[in-house]
Formats: sequence, C-alpha cells, structure tokens
Amino acid sequence: MKISMNLNGKEVTADVADNLLLVEFLREHQRLTGVHVGCDTSQCGACVVHINGKSVKTCSMLAVQANGTTITTIEGLADGDQLHAVQAAFKECHGLQCGFCTPGMVMSVTDLLQQNPSPSEEEIRHWLEGNICRCTGYQNIVRAVQHAAAALRG
Amino acid sequence: MNNHTHGIGVSVKRREDLRFLTGRGKYTDDIHRQHQAFAYILRSPLAHAKIKSINTTAAKQSPGVIGVFSGEDLQCGSIPCGWLIHSKDGSPMKEPNHPPLAQGKVRHVGDQVAVVVADSLAQAKAAAQLIDVDYESLPAVINMEKAITNGVAVHDEITDNTCFDWELCLAEGGEAEIDKTIADSAHQVSMRLVNNRLVPNAMEPRAAIGEYDSSADSYTLYTTSQNPHLIRLLLGAFVLQIPEHKLRVVAPDVGGGFGSKIYHYAEEAIVVWAAKQVRRPVKWTAERGESFLTDAHGRDHISHVTLGVDADGKFTALKVETKANVGAYLSTFSTCVPTYLYATLLAGVYTTPKIYANVKTIFTNTAPVDAYRGAGRPEATFLLERIVEKAARQTGIDRVQLRRQNFIPQDAFPYQTPVALQYDSGDYHASLDKALTESDWDGFAARRADSAKNGKLRGIGMSTYIEACGIAPSAVVGSLGARAGLYEAANVRVNPTGSVTVFTGSHSHGQGHETTFAQLVADKLGIPFDSVDIVHGDTAKIPFGMGTYGSRSLSVGGEAIIRAINKIVTKASKIAAHLMEADVADVEFAEGNFSVKGTDKKLAFGEVSLAAYVPHNFPHKSSHDDAEGLEPGLEEQAFYDPLNFTYPAGCHICEVEIDPDTGVVDVQKFTAVDDVGRVVNPMIVEGQVQGGIAQGIGQALLEQAVYNDDGQLLTGSFMDYTMPRADNIPNIDVYQTTTLCAHNSLGAKGCGEVGAIGSPPAIINAVLDALAEKGVDDIAMPATPYRVWEAIQKAGG
Repeated sequence: MKISMNLNGKEVTADVADNLLLVEFLREHQRLTGVHVGCDTSQCGACVVHINGKSVKTCSMLAVQANGTTITTIEGLADGDQLHAVQAAFKECHGLQCGFCTPGMVMSVTDLLQQNPSPSEEEIRHWLEGNICRCTGYQNIVRAVQHAAAALRG
Repeated sequence: MNNHTHGIGVSVKRREDLRFLTGRGKYTDDIHRQHQAFAYILRSPLAHAKIKSINTTAAKQSPGVIGVFSGEDLQCGSIPCGWLIHSKDGSPMKEPNHPPLAQGKVRHVGDQVAVVVADSLAQAKAAAQLIDVDYESLPAVINMEKAITNGVAVHDEITDNTCFDWELCLAEGGEAEIDKTIADSAHQVSMRLVNNRLVPNAMEPRAAIGEYDSSADSYTLYTTSQNPHLIRLLLGAFVLQIPEHKLRVVAPDVGGGFGSKIYHYAEEAIVVWAAKQVRRPVKWTAERGESFLTDAHGRDHISHVTLGVDADGKFTALKVETKANVGAYLSTFSTCVPTYLYATLLAGVYTTPKIYANVKTIFTNTAPVDAYRGAGRPEATFLLERIVEKAARQTGIDRVQLRRQNFIPQDAFPYQTPVALQYDSGDYHASLDKALTESDWDGFAARRADSAKNGKLRGIGMSTYIEACGIAPSAVVGSLGARAGLYEAANVRVNPTGSVTVFTGSHSHGQGHETTFAQLVADKLGIPFDSVDIVHGDTAKIPFGMGTYGSRSLSVGGEAIIRAINKIVTKASKIAAHLMEADVADVEFAEGNFSVKGTDKKLAFGEVSLAAYVPHNFPHKSSHDDAEGLEPGLEEQAFYDPLNFTYPAGCHICEVEIDPDTGVVDVQKFTAVDDVGRVVNPMIVEGQVQGGIAQGIGQALLEQAVYNDDGQLLTGSFMDYTMPRADNIPNIDVYQTTTLCAHNSLGAKGCGEVGAIGSPPAIINAVLDALAEKGVDDIAMPATPYRVWEAIQKAGG
C-alpha cells in the first residue's frame, strides 16, 4: 500500500507491505535508527515517537496506519543544533547512561510536558510507567523532567 | 586552568550524551552493511530432548532464503569456559561440549537448533517455520536440589549433574574444626537462604553482524559486547579457529550490559560462520523473548549457613554450603562466580576467624547462569547480612552494636581474611556512622509510631558490605583458575598539534568513559578536556584489552591510561630537554608546560608534541639502547596489571512501610554510604550507585526468573518478569566516605556494582523488621505483595 506522511518536517511517500510495523518502517526503510526496539510486548517504550503531536509506541502500530500523519522522531526533535529543552535537561541531570531507552524517554516526556507543564513527581513517575530504563534507577530521569518543565515554563 | 572545570573530581556533563539524545547513537542493530542478509535462529521449544532428525528441505525452498544450516553443517570447536575450577578431591570441573548449534540434543528452551539466512528477516522467520525437527522429549532437570540424584543427566556423561564440588577453608583442621568451633560457641545461628534467579535485561537486546571478506580471507564481527578482544580470542582461537589477525571484532555503542554481554554467545559464531557460507554480511538481532531465553541469567543459589557467636557477641566461625545453578552449559565466567567471586567474600567486613565454604555447581535444563551485576558478591553479602541480622535477634544484641564489635578495625589494614583475600584499606565505622546519621536511624521509632497510627507496619534495615572488584591481578586470578589474564591496556596517541587520542581496552556501555577518561587525561597532561578523545570497542584500533566488568574500568583501565601518560611525559621531557638545551633531569612538567628548573625557559605541551612529529634537529637514535638519540613521534602504550583487587565497602540503610492488608512494600527512604575510593566524576558515580540500587530493589522486591517443572520459562517477557518501573523505585540518597585504594595511583576502587551488592539485604532486613511484630521471621526474595501478605497470614498476624 502506498503511504505518505510528514516525517521530521519532510514529506515522505513509500510503498509498504500491509503488515509492516511502523517501527520497522522508521528503522529499516527510513534509517531513523534513533527509534529503538527493546521488547516485543509493547512494554519498554524505546520506540516512542510523536504522531500528530502525541507520543505513540511505534511497535504497536502498522506503517499503513500512519498514512497522512505528521511524525516526529528523536532525530527531528532538536531545532538544528539547538537541543529541545527535554534533551538538554537529560544531559544536564545525567538522565541517561547507556542511551538505549533515551529516545523513547525523551519523546514520551516531551508529550507529558505538552499536556501537563507542571507535573508532580508522582505524576511524572506514573507517566513513565510505559518506559523502562535498566541503568539509571529513574531518579535522574525524574529530575530531568522537572528541570525541563521549569525551563519550558520559563 | 581547565582542570578546575574538567579535571579529576568534577561532575563534568557527559560528552557521549549528545549522540544518544539526538538519535545518533550507533548500536549494533543500527549498523546496516551493504547487501546484508538476516538470520533467524530456530530454537528448541523443549527443555530437554534428543534431536532425531532435522528436515530443512522446505525451508531452503522458501522465498528469499539464502541458506539453512543446522548442527550437522556447523561442526566447530566448543564454546569455552574461561575459568577452571577443581573439586575438593582435586579433579577438574566437568566441561561438557557447548556447540553453537545443537548436536543431537537440546538442553534448554531456546537452545539453538538451526539458522535460516534470508534476504529479509520476515522471510527468514517464515522459512524457519518450515523446518521439521523430530524431537524425542526427555524429562527436564530443573530443581537443582534434586538434580544430583534424580537420575536424569543434562549431559549424558555427567550422571550427577555436578560440574564441581568445591570447598574453600584455610583454617587448620578444616571443616571439622569449623564444625567444632561453631558447636562450642554460645550461640549457633542457622538459615537456609535462596538467592533468586534474575534476568539481567539490558535494554538493548543482543545483536551480531558477521561479515567475510574473501579477498583477504578475513572476518568482521559487530557485536553487543562488553569486551571485544575476549570475544575475538574465544571465537577465533577456540570455536571457529580463525587466526586473530583475520578477525576484527567491533563492539560499538552498547545499550547496557550488567554482565550479560561479557560472554561469548553462540549467535556470534553462527553469524560469522554463516557469512562465509553465504558470502554476504549476516545480521541477527534478538527479540526480547530470545533474550529472556538465552542471555545468561544471574544468581540462583540455595545456601545453608551457620554462624557461631560467643557469649560476648563475637563471631567465632562461619559455615556455608551452597548449591549454585549453572544452567545447561558453562558460560564464559560461570564457574568463578559461585566460587572465587563468592566464597572469598564470606568474611565480609568482619573479623570472623574461621570460615568454611562448600559449593556444588549443578547443571540444569535452564539457560546458562553467569555473572550479573555484582556476580557472587551480592550472594555473599545477602547471606552474611541476613545471618548477622538473625544473630542480633537471637543473641539479643543490638544489630548496630553487633556489627560494630565484629568490624575489622581501621588500624588492621592490610587485613588478611581467612578466605584468601587481603583488604588494603577501609573504614567501616565511618560509613556506618554516616549512614546512621543521614538515615536518621535514631528517629525511626517516632516514624514507626506514625505509621502504626495509619495501620501500617514500618521497618528499618541495614547492610554493611564489602566487595572485591577491579578485577584483577592476573597472577592471583591465574592461581585461582582463570584461563585469561586480567590486566588492562591503553594506548595514548599525542597528535602533532597537542590533541590526544586515547585507545582503551575498557568498554563503555553506559558508564561514561568518554567523559571520565578524558577528565583523567586532561588533568594529568594539563590540556583542555576538549583536546582529548577516547576510542574503545574495536579490536582493529585498540590494544589487546580485557573490557569492562567487575567495576574495573577506572581502577584498572584508568590506571593503564595513567601509566601510558606517564610514559608520554617521560618521552616528552626528553624532547623538551633537547629543545631547551637542558639536562632532562632539570625539566619539570606541570599544568601542561615543560620548564627548566631555575630558568624562565618553558615550552607548552603542544610545542613539544609538534616537535616530536617535526624532528628536524633530533639527535639520531642509532639503536634501541642509544640513550643520546631521540625517536620521533609521541605515542605510548601501557598494560597495567594490578597488585590486588580493590575493596569498595559501605553501609546501606533502607526504610520501608508495609500495608498489612495488601502486603505492598513501599520503600520510603534509602540511604547509601559507599567508599569507592577516589571519585573522578561524582555525577557519574552517583548515577552508577542509584542504578545499582534500583537493580537491588528489583531483586529484593520484584524480580524472579521462574521455570516450571518442564523447563518452560514462565517469566519470559516484560509482561511477566517484573522489571522495576519509575514508580517502583524511590529517590536514593547517595553519600560517600573515602579511603583510598592503596595500590593504584588514583586511589580508585570502583562503583559499578556496590549498589546491587549492598542493597538487597538492607531491604529484606527492613521488611523483616517491619513484619517482626506479626511474628514473621523469614521471607524469600522477591518480597512481593503476595508473599508478604501470605507470610503475615501464616504467622497468624
């Protein structure tokens, strides 16, 4: 099936198999390898991107379902060399170690802060239920979210 | 000077973060080789079975298939074990064949049976469904306590399923003397303890790409490894017999390891071998389900322990008998984990004069078990800190006091333990004191009363732990059975303009070496942090290194870099002396400048390095022994082999609140005081400790790999295996007390594993402290809500 979408600011058209997962389309066809696959049960959240501004696990969606959407992946979040406030906060607060869960974390958190500019720690931890990190113990991720929230509020 | 902002002791923000935060990390599965084909591995659905036949005809004819191979096709060497243990009767451990693709028998669910290589992964997967394997199912050996006598052998030639029956006892009189000492003591404290089986679950699943270049008859393997040279050695020299100079192993960005990516895995051999068969690069990436089934698991001990305590509360002797599950095959480090990384730690921080340990390591029809963050030391610490806590209850001596009066005193270092190790430095009272203060131990009673008002049970628990890491001295590990040396290598290349490229044998998979090591170099050479680059993970670039595990990167790998830098300074001083027409003995190096004592002559590091590569007037060096001549260039290499392990230690205090109606354990406060020696980057150390404790909380409260009697893994996905999530882990208060390691120039000890080692017993001791009023005196890990609730009910509480 032929699909088209706005992917990181560019119009993309492709002919894809009906059963192709969106994450495979992004990684293998578009070579956007910042979108990671950490599990096969839709639990880990390493594959989160924004579709029409909302965070979505791309392992749980077919590429054809993304037809006509606007998608932002981790590769498209920064403004040129200017990191998004969430990216900058993760660096500032040491919110990543091996980096594998990081793209999904960052995209997920960015959506949270769009919906809730001043989340409590409990709200942040509850939101992050769908993103697994094995390295950090989450403490610095939570700090990074708080840091980014403050920066985005100005 | 930049060292105030980027030198040793500064929380420099990590330079590797930028690529990870922008999706430009390069993990193995992100690598796309031209014309690459995809491998799918058909795995055994049975835990134990004979393979009567494998029919691949239909699979070979499936669309897109390039090759289908089984064990009949891949005849090669056995995947070796890196550590030879001898049983107490002197016989060597049993080392069964460990083929990359099954030879006639499968021994655990997930065992490799065949591989399909196709143009696409979907095609390979579809074809694999067409492979017809005729299995004759056999009873599975799952329960290791029954394995010795149940009459079913995982490996036909090992009828008692015992890999080795090992003991460690240096006390005169041996086991009998230990038994007598305990019997003669005023108190005997005994327990049976299970250390629950865990799945490491690094977030990046394992992956490997094999490539063959027929024009040079050479191979390249990209793999998710913590130690590419070790993989090259094991794969090249043992399994496929590829000369090492014809095999390049690249471990690019690696998404976490925690031990599970140390080992040489079958898939690495399979893709390298298959690449030659099909003459295309072959890529394999594990699905998470495959990771659960085939990554080496951790822990899985059952122990009986008895501690003798005299009337004054001094420990007299300790006896430990452990069964350790090693799984179906011997993974690379599997045999040293329950022996030399375990029993040698049974003195802990205490002066217990006599210790006996017996370890039986058992084959079962489960995934191999090997080192997982802490590796042996969490098992030893859990056992000790549980029995010490029980001893306090049994003797009526306050648990803090009991620990204190048995601590190795601060003036006793170097301290020779009765289980072979010599601790070089430490101050156990200091970390205990700080932890008591920071946790407000004395204010606990009031907090418990507040919880009680709300119908909740509150408990506080501690552990005072030690570990041996910085693994480690080749001579020592060699005498203990290691088949490899455990030094580390570094090459420091000074470029003509004074920038520096460091090639390290350590491997970063989250630890932040690109930052920490650059801080070291900038500090030592007095050059800008941004002038230093760190290269790791590629056998074509780095010297023969041993990689990262056992909290060794800074204390061994960092020290190797310092040694290479010292050589750089020595040579650069000679060049500077020549340039400044001075005696080399008068040349001093400080803050990035070479100067001549008593004069105002001075050359910057960059000026000297430029001269090294533009040696227009260097005196000719006629031979290696010509001391007057000068050799151009400025690049040095060092191999550093430490004198001893390093011994981080500390005190962890955990405070929990339990809802007796639901059994939910809420960790309210966790205080960690660790002595990790010199800290280069405090931010990174704090992150390592937090992450380690999160894994410790996982072990204590959430995680367990469960096999049923048929050998099916019931916890084979993130839906079933309880990974700690953001709302399971509290904020952790991390502090340090510091004694320096006595035998490396940095004084560094290591911080990667302390969290996972020190925390589980602190948590369980807190849980049991909370449940004591309900009459509960033991609980198994993980202390899940169900287990806690059940324990309360059974105790009649």
